[in-house]
Amino acid sequence: MSFRIDGDDLPATVRPRPGQCLRTFLRDQGRMGVKKGCDTGDCGACTVHVDGAPVHSCLYPAVRAAGHEVTTIMGLGAPEAPHPVQQAFLQAQGFQCGFCTAGFVMTAAGLGDGRPMGGDELARAFKSNLCRCTGYRAIRDALAGVRTVEDDVPGASVGRSLPAPAGPEIVTGRAEFTLDHAPAGLLHMALLRSPHAHARIRSIDTTAALAVPGVELVLTHEDVPGTLYSTGRHSSRLDDPDDTRILDAVVRHREQRVAAVVADSVAAAEAGVRAILVDWEVLPAVFDPEEALAPGAPLVHGEKDAAASRIADPSRNLVGEVHTVCGDPDAGFARADAIAEGTFHVQRIQHVHLETHGATAWLDRGGSRLNVRTSTQVPFLVRDELALLLGREPSTVRVFAARVGGGFGGKQELLCEDLVALAALRLHRPVRLEFSRAEQFTAATTRHPMRLRVRLGATASGDLTAMELELLSNTGAYGNHGAAVMFHACNESLGVYRCEHVRVDGQVVYTHTVPAGALRGYGLSQSIFAVESVVDDLARQLGIDPIAFRERNVVRPGDRFVAMTDEPDDVEFGSYGLDQCLALVRDALADDTGDEAPGPEWLVGEGVALGMLDAGPPGGHHADARISLEPDGGVRLAVGTAEFGNGTATVHRQIAATALGVGVDAITLVASDTAAVAHDSGAFASAGVFVAGRATWLAAQALASRLAALGQAGVAELAAAGESIVEAASFTGSPRSVGFNVHGFRVAVLPATGEVRILRSVQAADAGVVMNPAQCRAQVEGGTAQALGAALDEEVLIDGSGAVVTADLRTYNWPTMALVPPTEVRFAETHDALGPLGAKPMSEAPFNPVAPALANAIRAATGVRPTRLPMRRDRLWEALADAGVPGTGVEAGPVGAGD
Amino acid sequence: MDLNTVEQLVPASGRASVDAFAPGDAWLAGGSGLFAAPNPSLRRLLDLHALDWPPLTATADGLEIAATCTIAQLAAYAAPTRWPALGIVRACCESLRGSFKVWHVATVGGNVCVGLPAGPMTSLTAGLAGTCRIWQPGGGDRVAAVADVVIGDGRTSLAPGELLRSITLPAAALRGRAAMRQASLTPMGRSAALLVARLDEPHGARGGGAFHLTITASVPRPRTLRFAGGVPSSAELDAAIEQALAPGDYFDDPHGTPRWRRHLTRRLARELRDELAA
Repeated sequence: MSFRIDGDDLPATVRPRPGQCLRTFLRDQGRMGVKKGCDTGDCGACTVHVDGAPVHSCLYPAVRAAGHEVTTIMGLGAPEAPHPVQQAFLQAQGFQCGFCTAGFVMTAAGLGDGRPMGGDELARAFKSNLCRCTGYRAIRDALAGVRTVEDDVPGASVGRSLPAPAGPEIVTGRAEFTLDHAPAGLLHMALLRSPHAHARIRSIDTTAALAVPGVELVLTHEDVPGTLYSTGRHSSRLDDPDDTRILDAVVRHREQRVAAVVADSVAAAEAGVRAILVDWEVLPAVFDPEEALAPGAPLVHGEKDAAASRIADPSRNLVGEVHTVCGDPDAGFARADAIAEGTFHVQRIQHVHLETHGATAWLDRGGSRLNVRTSTQVPFLVRDELALLLGREPSTVRVFAARVGGGFGGKQELLCEDLVALAALRLHRPVRLEFSRAEQFTAATTRHPMRLRVRLGATASGDLTAMELELLSNTGAYGNHGAAVMFHACNESLGVYRCEHVRVDGQVVYTHTVPAGALRGYGLSQSIFAVESVVDDLARQLGIDPIAFRERNVVRPGDRFVAMTDEPDDVEFGSYGLDQCLALVRDALADDTGDEAPGPEWLVGEGVALGMLDAGPPGGHHADARISLEPDGGVRLAVGTAEFGNGTATVHRQIAATALGVGVDAITLVASDTAAVAHDSGAFASAGVFVAGRATWLAAQALASRLAALGQAGVAELAAAGESIVEAASFTGSPRSVGFNVHGFRVAVLPATGEVRILRSVQAADAGVVMNPAQCRAQVEGGTAQALGAALDEEVLIDGSGAVVTADLRTYNWPTMALVPPTEVRFAETHDALGPLGAKPMSEAPFNPVAPALANAIRAATGVRPTRLPMRRDRLWEALADAGVPGTGVEAGPVGAGD
Repeated sequence: MDLNTVEQLVPASGRASVDAFAPGDAWLAGGSGLFAAPNPSLRRLLDLHALDWPPLTATADGLEIAATCTIAQLAAYAAPTRWPALGIVRACCESLRGSFKVWHVATVGGNVCVGLPAGPMTSLTAGLAGTCRIWQPGGGDRVAAVADVVIGDGRTSLAPGELLRSITLPAAALRGRAAMRQASLTPMGRSAALLVARLDEPHGARGGGAFHLTITASVPRPRTLRFAGGVPSSAELDAAIEQALAPGDYFDDPHGTPRWRRHLTRRLARELRDELAA
């Protein structure tokens, strides 16, 4: 048995285990470019070539590779000598987080004759490759040989489509993600998870587990601190309820963690998990949020103290609520000539960031410092909570992220760092925990499913007279982000309209289901779907064009934002581009471009929707930046924010280079490390550029001034003395600005099957000054693609026992290249008075208006209002059939006779 | 994924392995099924590659497809012109949710043996009247129609140790005309309905050979309807489907509601009827 990998013959002693797949065998040999996305052969991140043929190495028995030539992304080419496909991905920036890139490159390089493909043929070739960030346009460009990157101009980097600094390493598989390192003596953790939705542990016996060869430690609820906390991370830990224990004697959802086993191999840890005996007392459970509120419902956290845990009412499963009235909504509705109302259901979805959760913890400095390398958007907030849970000084805990393979809000949580830290402290050895894709679905977080009711009134001339929003949010078994998501859902979705009479009633409740958390849009994708749908209906009732109706009613500079309050807060019109966005979409839809409907039996319609997003969270968001001119002439920039495909690493260098009048290549960026700067609230709430970028701009400007004051001679003198010239700056994230997005679709719907074809897709974005046009465009495209999946197909389904049934990428219908059409991106021309160099955020925002714009287009085409997401073909067909729409096959004829 | 309880991966030795098959054993064909799902009961994998079965053998009786024939090998098969029904092979291969990369390892036999309603090799071979040759422990073969091997969602009639050796598509079926239709919730997604229709020689709308409709993916196991008198009318076809399948017989999983699948089944059946009647 001999193995040859990337041209290297392995020593004869190196052999895979009998049940090992090629993916982990290759990683054992240091080929860390081979990634795990799903481990079930669906996402393609692990693609390698065996004798030139691309295969998914997670499905490939490693033993079978003996005697064959295996090529990984790392053998295909190197940064200094990339393969033509790798070069093509660089010049089109066909990646964002980069975790899927090896799979796309290896698939493309294995297509054979290299003849150009397009359309369905291309989509078919890549139907087993998942990219969650780009929306595939940049990948299509790479495959077509398009160049989108621009050259740098020292001092004028901002505004250019410069490539991501890590690009050469990403396309060649060298970029180190969270788990792409192998410390000596590494131990592995596996988790015992709950088979019940609600149960109490009467006893737990770990004897047999500890006897499994290789097992070093078993942790149960008896072995860990009992401190209550929340996995959700915010600048203030008081934003989330203290309702979670590291390991608890009571489990409140299926697959909740019960015990942790640490062993010298994953196999031994898994064997240890199977050997644990638990005596369960099964308790009644509730899965539906309305039932959870009913008297006598099983209580999820009934034993908690409301005040101490910051839970609104544990005796009613109520995590939080909001009931507000601005103006006089009843009078507003009484004055209305038209009232539109609807009830909507928005589903649970998962982030499907391609890199699963995972962390490694170890001690250094003689055991005095705990290090945690983790896949996180919030290293500082994880550090602070870990210190609290472990009873350590924060200064003795270092948390950092290497490159992070996507997040979308899912990594604004503390989901594995606590257990690996505890185990490393017990064992004084490095300990790793890596989530499987199944654990991502069953035991990480999801979007909050919501039921929403919206009622709007307007005068005959089209002026809004009153708005009413009622929502019921299901936060699952734990309240992480529950209240904050509810508040956010009730804010910008209403505040974007100029209406003084607004009533809001929101409730967020516990159920015995997988916890919900932060997900791109943070509540707004749910509420904007409902509000924008009813706005569309109201405009239709009044006979007013839906864009004109919005133009008449949206806020303009000088207006107050009225939603849960009409008191001013720290949100200002740093710039305003909503009028431009609406006009851009109107013009784009009026263009006669886009596809034709496939045939005469298809129904065609257009729809639009808008979204507003505050730049950053309420209550402030802290960012530090530290910049230094080193004696060797290089510039070192340290920031706390994390790059996870959002492009901040590129933009921060552009900002600093522009301030200093140098090229971006002069700047080395250090990021997402609690050892690098004092504090950063983290990469969430669209703060990476608007808040952290502002700190970078201030620090870099200070350095520029200092260098100017020192003069060339002064600088040279310090360099000769080996001294760095250092400046630092902070920004607190307040005041905040607002940004806007408007999406427009033209769709064709086939009543016979419920299929929706997108003929035209356009999004106008108000991003202020666009720092990096190619990158910003890709953010909008990627947000649109993710939202299309959420609008049409994706749903985390839960069965009658509380178990997630869509726990892999074969049953969870994620958008492939075949689903995602091109989206034209048009930018408003604005310059923000508050953002760095006039920029505004554009990371979460593009996601929010997509589903309602699509629903409005489907409504226009069919006459039927979609009220539930996702608008799957089967449910849409059923809705059209039930509404008697011609062409569904139900109305007449032998085929429909029995329906 | 790693199958961490597996202690041995050994070459299968043909009939002897069938006789020695023990609890914890599993037949390993391409691996795309076994390595895609955790199964802590596995101890030993018996590697069928070692048997080196010829993937495709054309005889006077028909086309024998070895269980270990990969989907890539089947898709690349240059079908003789006397067997026009094989014209649907490519489209059935493309109905696999996995791309051409998975075709390199996934096998025809493996796709049938996992017993998924949406398994396109089940659809293809059931639709072309395929029969399975199955090696039995203790010696001997049994022969069963594909439609009698896949008997439910993830269920087959294979007893422990039984090994699917090959599937033969009879020449009589291959000489006929065939057509397929597939529908899914998502573009290029997993099949919610996959129907194969076949018209025996002599071809012709009326007075020709028998018309066969095989329904898969929308029902838990393949269902074939036979019309001895040739292509039925749309009304006859629909009535026969409705008689054979009650609304509750349609499959319910995350890839489509039963009500929609029933509708698709009837619609696609009519399309197939129209195509073969032309």
